[in-house]
Amino acid sequence: MTDGPALPARSAGAGAAVELRGIVKRFPGVVANEGVDFTLRTGEVHALLGENGAGKSTLMNILAGIYRPDGGDILVDGQPRDFRSPREAIAAGLGMVHQHFTLVPSQTVTENVLLGLDRPRFRLRLGRYEAEIARLADRFNLRTDPRAKVWQLSVGEQQRVEILKMLYRGANVLIMDEPTAVLAPQEVEELFRTLRAMTAQGRSVVFISHKLSEVMAIADRITVMRRGRVTAAALPGSGATRSQLARLMVGREVLETVARAPSRPGDVVLSIRDIEADNDKGLRALRGVSLDVRAGEILGLAGVAGNGQSELAQVITGLRPYAGRIEIAGREVAMSPRRAVARGIAHVPEDRTGVGSAPNLSLTDNLIMKRYRQPPLARGWAIDRAAARSLAQRLKDEYAIAAPSIDTQARLLSGGNLQRLILAREIDLQPSLMVAVQPTRGLDVGAIEAVHRLLMARRDAGAATLLVSEDLDEILALADRIAVMYEGGIVGTFDAADADIHEIGLLMTGGRRSADDAAAAADAVGAR
Amino acid sequence: MTSGRLPIGSSRSLPVRLSVERRLAAPRWLGPVTTIGAVVLALLVSAVIIALVGGDPVRSYLHIVRSAFGSVGVLSDTLVKATPLILTGLACALAFRMRLWNIGAEGQFLLGAWGASAIVLAPVLPAGTPGILVIPAMMLAGAAAGAAWGMIPGVLRARFGVNEIITTLMLNYVALLWMQYWVFGPWSEGGFQQTAQFPREAWLPRLTDLSGSLPAFSGLTIHLGLVFGLVAAAVVWFVLRRGRWGYEIRLIGDSPRAARYAGIDIARHIVVVFAISGALAGLAGMSEVSGVVHRLQDRISPGYGFTAIIIAYLAKFNPLGVIVAAILFGALLLAGREIQPSGVPSMIQGIVLFALITSEILVRYRVRLVRPGRAAA
Ligand SMILES: Nc1ncnc2c1ncn2[C@@H]1O[C@H](COP(=O)(O)OP(=O)(O)O)[C@@H](O)[C@H]1O
Ligand SMILES: [Mg+2]
Repeated sequence: MTDGPALPARSAGAGAAVELRGIVKRFPGVVANEGVDFTLRTGEVHALLGENGAGKSTLMNILAGIYRPDGGDILVDGQPRDFRSPREAIAAGLGMVHQHFTLVPSQTVTENVLLGLDRPRFRLRLGRYEAEIARLADRFNLRTDPRAKVWQLSVGEQQRVEILKMLYRGANVLIMDEPTAVLAPQEVEELFRTLRAMTAQGRSVVFISHKLSEVMAIADRITVMRRGRVTAAALPGSGATRSQLARLMVGREVLETVARAPSRPGDVVLSIRDIEADNDKGLRALRGVSLDVRAGEILGLAGVAGNGQSELAQVITGLRPYAGRIEIAGREVAMSPRRAVARGIAHVPEDRTGVGSAPNLSLTDNLIMKRYRQPPLARGWAIDRAAARSLAQRLKDEYAIAAPSIDTQARLLSGGNLQRLILAREIDLQPSLMVAVQPTRGLDVGAIEAVHRLLMARRDAGAATLLVSEDLDEILALADRIAVMYEGGIVGTFDAADADIHEIGLLMTGGRRSADDAAAAADAVGAR
Repeated sequence: MTSGRLPIGSSRSLPVRLSVERRLAAPRWLGPVTTIGAVVLALLVSAVIIALVGGDPVRSYLHIVRSAFGSVGVLSDTLVKATPLILTGLACALAFRMRLWNIGAEGQFLLGAWGASAIVLAPVLPAGTPGILVIPAMMLAGAAAGAAWGMIPGVLRARFGVNEIITTLMLNYVALLWMQYWVFGPWSEGGFQQTAQFPREAWLPRLTDLSGSLPAFSGLTIHLGLVFGLVAAAVVWFVLRRGRWGYEIRLIGDSPRAARYAGIDIARHIVVVFAISGALAGLAGMSEVSGVVHRLQDRISPGYGFTAIIIAYLAKFNPLGVIVAAILFGALLLAGREIQPSGVPSMIQGIVLFALITSEILVRYRVRLVRPGRAAA
C-alpha cells in the first residue's frame, strides 16, 4: 500500500468507474433523491452542481456507504455493490471528504492518517509511515508536514490531511463535498492542482459545489441537480455557460446583476472618526479609521479577509470595544450592543449560525430577537405570544423563508434560508443604518440574487448601508462608493462609477497608488 | 451532514440489520417518550439483576412501591422527602437552562438552613414573636443567605470569567464547615452536634397539626414547604415560557454570542440567575429545618443538592418535570431507608441514570431495521 494499490483492471471501453442508477432516498417529509442517475468516468473530474438542499450530499453519502438508498443500484467498475458502511465503500476504492472534518486535533498528520487502520499495532517506527505519507503527499501535490499536529494546521492543510487519509486507504474515486467553502482563493488553486494530479494518474473525482465559476474552472463534465432530481446529466464542462448552469440549478432565469436605480444620497447617517480597536488576539486591528455613510447609499468596504473589516463592523454595532468617535445622525453615541439595537442599527453579521441566530430556538424566537422589548411584542414583563407568532408568520411569508413552520429550529434552515431569516428580521426594523458583513458568503446564485435585491431595496428606501465583502464583484454590483481597507486603515475611496478594478485589487493587497493619485485621494478624504 | 451508519448486526447472514442515521429534527413527543422508556427499561434490567442474584423482582418492586406510595402515611413521607428535592432541583434546572453549571445547590441549601436558623438562634427576633412574623422572616433569611452564597460564583464568573463548576463545588465544602462551626460551637446544645429545638412559632405548619379538627390528617408530616416547591416550580415555568426575562435566559442558554448581538447584558443575567438559583436552594434549606427537623444539625442534608443535579437532568431542565422527578427520587430515598441492606434502590437509581443518558442517542439518531434484500456484493 506504499504508493496506493494498483488500479484494478477495467473492462476495456466501459470507462465508468462508478454508475448510479435510479437512486431513491427518502427522509421523513422529503425525498432527497428521486431516481437519480449518475456516471463517473475513470480519470475525470465530474462536478455535481446544485443549490443547497438539492440532494448532492445525500447522493454521495449513499455512494460512500453512509446512507443506504431506498431504491436504485450502485455499480462500481461494472459490479453491483451494496455498501453497509463507509469502511466497505473505501475498500471498494471510494473515499469521501466531508464538509466537516473528522480529524483529531491533538495528534499528528501521520497519526490521523493511520487512525482506524490496524497498522501499526504499536507506535514504533512511525518514521517509516511518515516517509510513506510524505511520498504520497508529494505525488498528489498535497503539501503537508507529516509530523505537524493537526491543531497547528490551517483549514486548507487539514483538508489535505483528509484527502491523504482517503488516498492512503487506496481511494481511486475521491468525493469532495463542497471542498472550497472553507478555503481561501490561493488554497482553491492548490486544491485544483491536486485534483488534476489525481485525474492525470487515472483516478476520478466527484466535485460537489454550488459555485458556478469553480465548477466551470475544474470540471470535465457537469451534472446539475435540483430538488432531488437531475436537471442536466454530464454536460461537457468546456461548453457550459454561466447563465445556462444557473438556470438549470435554480429552475428559472437568474439575474446575476441587480437592477440599480441611481443613488440619491441624503444626510450623513453614520460618521466615524479615528477609530482604533484590537482584534480577538489583542493585536491592533483598526488604526484610525474614519468614514461617513449617507442615507440612500451603499458604501462598499473592500479588502482581503483579516484587514480589519470585520472588527470595524463589530465596533459600529457595539460588539467590540473601541477608541474614537461614532456619530449616528449627528449625535455622538458611546456604542454598545444594547444602544445599537435601541438606535435601530441593523446588523447582518458575518457569523450567521454563531452570532446572527440561536440555532436551537424556533424561527419565531429568532425573528423577535431585536424587538421583543417593545410593544406590541412586549406586554409588561411578558412577551405576547400571539403577537410574536403573527410577526414571525408575516416575515416568513414576506421574505419567503422556506421552513415547515415558524416553530422549526433555526439550525434546520439551509444557509440561504437562514440568511433570509436574518435579513427579514433586520430589514423589517426599517433601519436607517444597516451593516451587512459578507451577506452572501456560501450562498448559491438564487439566494445571492435575493439577498442583493433586499439590500438594494433598503437602500432605495433611504437606508445608509455599509457593505463589507471580500467579493469584489459583489461590491462592484451593489456599492455606490467603495472604500478599500488594508492593515486596519482605509487606503482609498472611490466613486463606484469611476472605480478601477485593477487599482482596487492593488490597494487590497498593499500596493501603492501612483504619487498624484495618492495626493488626490488625500484631498478627497480631507474634503469630507 | 457527516452522519455515520453503524452496522450493528455486522454478520452477513443476519436477515435484518440496524441502520443508524442522524436526525435533523426530532419530533416533539420523542423526548418525553424516550425518558419514560428509559425509566421502564431500567426497571426491567434491574428486575433481571434482582432475579439473577436470587431475589424476587416482583416482590422487591411491590415493596418499594408500598413503602413509598402504599398508604397515605408513606405517600406523605415521600412528598416530605421530595420537597427539598423540588426546590434544589429547580435551582439546578434554572441555572442549567442558561448553561450555568451550578453544582453548588448543596452549599446554598446549607446556607439557607443556617440563615433561617439564625432568626431563631441568634436570635434576630426575640423569643415569643408570633409565627406569622417568624416564618416569613426565616423564609427571607434562608433565601437571602442562599442567594448571597450563589452570587459569589455568579459575580466571579460574570466579572472575571472564573469557571463556576469549580467555585460552586468548592463553596459546598466551605458552606458545610461554616454550618458545622455554628452547630458544634456557638449554637450547640450541650455539646451535641445539633442546636436546641426551635420553638413552635418557628415550625412550618403540617397537615398533622390540623388533626385536632380533621382526624384523618393525624400523623401526616407534609408541611407548607411542599407548597413553596409547587408554587416556585409553576412560577419558574411560567416566567421561562412567557416572560421577556425567560426568553433572554433561553437565548443566552442557546447562544451567548447571539444574545449579546441582541443587546442582552449577559453578565447581569449570570449574577441574577445565580442569585435566584441560590435563593431557591436556600429556601429548600429553610423548609427542611423549619418543616422537618425543627433544629439545625450536622447531617441536615443527605446530599439533596447533588441529587438535584440528576433531577434537573431527568426533567430535561423543565420546572414541571422537576416535580415529577423529585417525587420519584423522594420515593427511592424513602424505599432506600426501608430495604437498605439489599442496595436495590441505589442500583435502580444508577441504572435509571445510565438508561437516560444512553436514550439520548434515540433522540439524536434515527434507528431503523433494514432488510438487505438487494443484490449484495
Ligand atoms: N439526515 C437527514 N435527515 C432528514 N433530512 C435530511 C437528512 N439529510 C438531508 N436531508 C434533507 O434532504 C434534502 C437534501 O439534502 P442534501 O443532500 O444535504 O442537499 P445538498 O447537499 O445538495 O445541499 C434536504 O431537504 C435536507 O433537508
Ligand atoms: Mg450538501
